[in-house]
Amino acid sequence: MEFVTHHPVLVVSLIKIAIALFVVMTALAYLTWFERKVVARIQSRWGPYWVGPHGLLQPLADGIKFLFKEDIVPPAADKISYVLAPFLALALALTTLALIPIGPATISILGQPTQLVISHSNVALILLFAISSIGIYAVVLAGWSSNSKYPLMGGLRSSAQMISYEVSLTLSVVGVLLIAGSFDFYDIVGGQSGHWYHSIPKWHIFPQILGFICYLTAAIAETNRVPFDLPEAETELVAGFHTEYSSFKFAMFFMAEYANMITVSCLATLLFLGGWLSPFPETGGWRWQLYLPAAGLIIGGLALIVGGIRSVQMNAKVVFPVLGIICLGVGYLCTLHGVMPIIQGPFWFTAKVFFLLFFYVWARGTLPRFRYDQLMSFGWKFLLPLSLLNLVVTSLVVVLRLR
Amino acid sequence: MNIAMLVFIACGVMAIVGAIALILAREPVHSALALVLVMISLAILYLLLGAAFIAAIQILVYAGAIMVLFVFVIMLLNAGVEVRTNVSRLAKWVGLPLGIFFLVEMTYSLFREYGGRASVAGGAAAPVPASTQDLSIKLFTEFVLPFELTSILILIAILGALVLAKRES
Repeated sequence: MEFVTHHPVLVVSLIKIAIALFVVMTALAYLTWFERKVVARIQSRWGPYWVGPHGLLQPLADGIKFLFKEDIVPPAADKISYVLAPFLALALALTTLALIPIGPATISILGQPTQLVISHSNVALILLFAISSIGIYAVVLAGWSSNSKYPLMGGLRSSAQMISYEVSLTLSVVGVLLIAGSFDFYDIVGGQSGHWYHSIPKWHIFPQILGFICYLTAAIAETNRVPFDLPEAETELVAGFHTEYSSFKFAMFFMAEYANMITVSCLATLLFLGGWLSPFPETGGWRWQLYLPAAGLIIGGLALIVGGIRSVQMNAKVVFPVLGIICLGVGYLCTLHGVMPIIQGPFWFTAKVFFLLFFYVWARGTLPRFRYDQLMSFGWKFLLPLSLLNLVVTSLVVVLRLR
Repeated sequence: MNIAMLVFIACGVMAIVGAIALILAREPVHSALALVLVMISLAILYLLLGAAFIAAIQILVYAGAIMVLFVFVIMLLNAGVEVRTNVSRLAKWVGLPLGIFFLVEMTYSLFREYGGRASVAGGAAAPVPASTQDLSIKLFTEFVLPFELTSILILIAILGALVLAKRES
């Protein structure tokens, strides 16, 4: 207890890190489930179905499987780099999430008032880019240290791709920075509050639609996802840079990829989609929107109970109603006076991030893969000039407005 | 001993170990990684001093861009293990004493200048860390000539690279 009073910031930060890590890890696991389900639906299949009701325990089963597989280190591999690479990938992917704020509210942990972010910095955006730029080393090292042809080719391709698209990614964000005039996420989101004509929210996506398109494309390429998943093009490269990895080291690369997906979606939400701000005006007859989180949870809970009872699977008849009752309970909590204002920010933030993640999965389900030369010429000859154009036009408008 | 001091010592040790490993490593990729370690520890030291912007730029530019290209080229050329030759006599009898002399000189002058009021964290003794805005205003008013000269230098480097690349075909 004495330690707590002496180092309040440290202890509170550790608690927040623990909570965030738990939430993110669970989200990662269920993101794989969500992706498989959505892609299956796009391809007219069922997807994971038998491990738990509707395959809900599939992520857990996958995790256990990864843990108990034999951990092979190829004899010709460069041991230090080979082991370092997956740790680097996952650690950096998770570190970036520390800079993402999820709401404006100030809560109190152990009597310490604290914000809904692990690390509040006034140059948060640049720090985030800095940390994620080191992530390339994980891919490069994994490809090189395996000492094998396919991983080397995959690593080279992947690093070339990430270096190329990082330029467009960073440039597409500068437009937002020019408008917001700050690197601080709180300022950037704060600048997006209010509405045009009392109806259209002042989110940066509307003046920066070009920047948003560039960002989204570059972000998909940066996280090595379909249609830019060249590094792991199965037909040519077996599995790219992580071909030689097995067991939990492979799982760490896998988790890092999904964590990166969450990070870029969070960043897109903060920069372009108004972060935690509600799309509706706050004044007048719009007070009912405060009950939206609770309403969503209660409807979801009821749907789960009904769906569970009508399900043909025996375990689903038990698990779904229990989950539904939990949802109802949390939904009731969200109507309480102490909780309602705090939950608004995280609710809208999560909803927007979820939409972007769905977009990611949707893209994966519908688009074919680029050829490597197409990828490079698209990045350098189309995306980069487009984001530069966006930058030039935005700075011109900003300067003319300042006059 | 407070936490800032602990972080400072950890990063200092990390930077020195990285620098030594950079010279001693036989594998070029290991050397490059050691250099990245040095840069990241330096960035953490800047962060400790309250200069978050400089720290972020240090990582973004040096570790995230320049060194990635280094590692990329090393991988692309598939450079083998470094070959050891005998240390030349000049390096042994002139280089080593000169290096030690410079180290002692630098330590002495820094200690004489800042010895009493050095601080590992941006405390009362340290100057107030400049905000990004102050930094950019300085850069575009007071230091605008060096800034522009540097950009011309980089432009020349790009042109040089283009000329060299075109000559091949």
